[in-house]
Amino acid sequence: MSGEKTSAAVRWRSVKVLYLLTLFFMALTGFGQMPIYNRYYMSDIPGLGWLADFYITRNIHYIGAVILLGLVFYVAFDFILSKRRQAQLSASGWVRAALLTAVIFSGALIVVKNLPYVHFSDGFVIALDLFHLAGVMAFLAANCVCLIAQKKWTAAA
Amino acid sequence: MNPLISRRMFLKSGIAAAAGAAATAVPGTQALAANDDRGYLATLIDIRKCIGCEACVEACREANAPKFPAPVKPFPKMYPSRVKVSDWSEKRDVSNRLTPYNWLFIQHATVKVNGEDTEITLPRRCMHCVNPPCVKLCPWGSAMQMENGLSRIDPDICLGGSKCKNVCPWDIPQRQTGVGLYLKLLPALAGNGVMYKCDRCYDRIARGERPACIDACPEDVQTIGPRQDIIARAHAVAKEIGGYVYGEIENGGTNTIYVSPVPFEDLNRAIAKGDGFPHLNPVQDAMADANNFAAAMVMAPVAGIAAAAVRFLKTRSKAEPPGSRREG
Repeated sequence: MSGEKTSAAVRWRSVKVLYLLTLFFMALTGFGQMPIYNRYYMSDIPGLGWLADFYITRNIHYIGAVILLGLVFYVAFDFILSKRRQAQLSASGWVRAALLTAVIFSGALIVVKNLPYVHFSDGFVIALDLFHLAGVMAFLAANCVCLIAQKKWTAAA
Repeated sequence: MNPLISRRMFLKSGIAAAAGAAATAVPGTQALAANDDRGYLATLIDIRKCIGCEACVEACREANAPKFPAPVKPFPKMYPSRVKVSDWSEKRDVSNRLTPYNWLFIQHATVKVNGEDTEITLPRRCMHCVNPPCVKLCPWGSAMQMENGLSRIDPDICLGGSKCKNVCPWDIPQRQTGVGLYLKLLPALAGNGVMYKCDRCYDRIARGERPACIDACPEDVQTIGPRQDIIARAHAVAKEIGGYVYGEIENGGTNTIYVSPVPFEDLNRAIAKGDGFPHLNPVQDAMADANNFAAAMVMAPVAGIAAAAVRFLKTRSKAEPPGSRREG
């Protein structure tokens, strides 16, 4: 029994580490879609020259999106199938889930927009870009607040 | 077998397999080249006919003069010091390269044709890519692609960060400092003006007219029409003269198709290259990776759900006492 608990703990720690690493690189490369890293010398730091290459940062951002989507659906369905009787989303969990959903949804629309022969209206594209940026900043801020206040995603049912 | 490793491996391999499968599912360049009947307008530029008279250049400057930048001076001080002013307002007459005030110029190349040195001239401007990186990767949506496939930059929204130029395979857009939205935001810390490039006279096309450069050409060097027709015509001309085509598959396909009697490698070697002087190299599809990863994103949720379902079924089968399952 304790062996099962230990393996579950290791599994969730692995998922958490992968999730945090993915978020970190997605945020880093996402902000890198604006021409700021070269202007503000960050890409001059040895080992970080790739931050000034928009194609590299775009590809890393896209790979991060693939991993994040897989993780989010894995965790969400695992929660629905296995854990909903033992735990439920806390208030802060709902806020973060809503913000993450908004970020993923707007990001997915941007990916669609970037496909060939896809046209969104000019105003919608501008709103989408700003919404995605604002959503990410709100999500990161919410996570910082939750980290400081030690709020968890779930609470006992 | 350790069930933990098994499930993790499943999750990891599921995502990897999805990414791998998708990465080979959509060949970017070929897919674009094969699907060009979407109502996009393209231009055929028959290099044989160009005499380098610059009538197109003059017509472009005249037609687009109202769109040219009128910068406010003195320019605001920008930080950090590596951010350089890009000012063409005192050099508006420059017409032998791309500038914010010159969106089309004539490129010269001296090449051997039938053993003789021959000067070839060709108009150069934005290629108007089918899937333009300048538009797709603009972080603010200030670069846009119209329904007819032509791309342009909105000077009221552009902040002049020059990302469009950075991602353009031909480095086409040109920056003018001291103009645009950035002046009203944080001019010292973000932005640096507005980027300018050929907009294919979108306003004239909207009025049912042809782009100014096409109308002004005395030799009918350029022809505009549906992309499929233009490509068919380009190949017909190339076949007739034993010539070469450029722009059909470059960067996954563009809406500017050149036909030349000499190989473009020869022309590329002979032309001046650098900032404001676009090359004629072969160009891979800059957006192909994005298209492939997009396909992987469709598969990723499936992999995640499958991994969760496998874990759930394994956990449940373990929880059931041996012999509780009805034997068939």
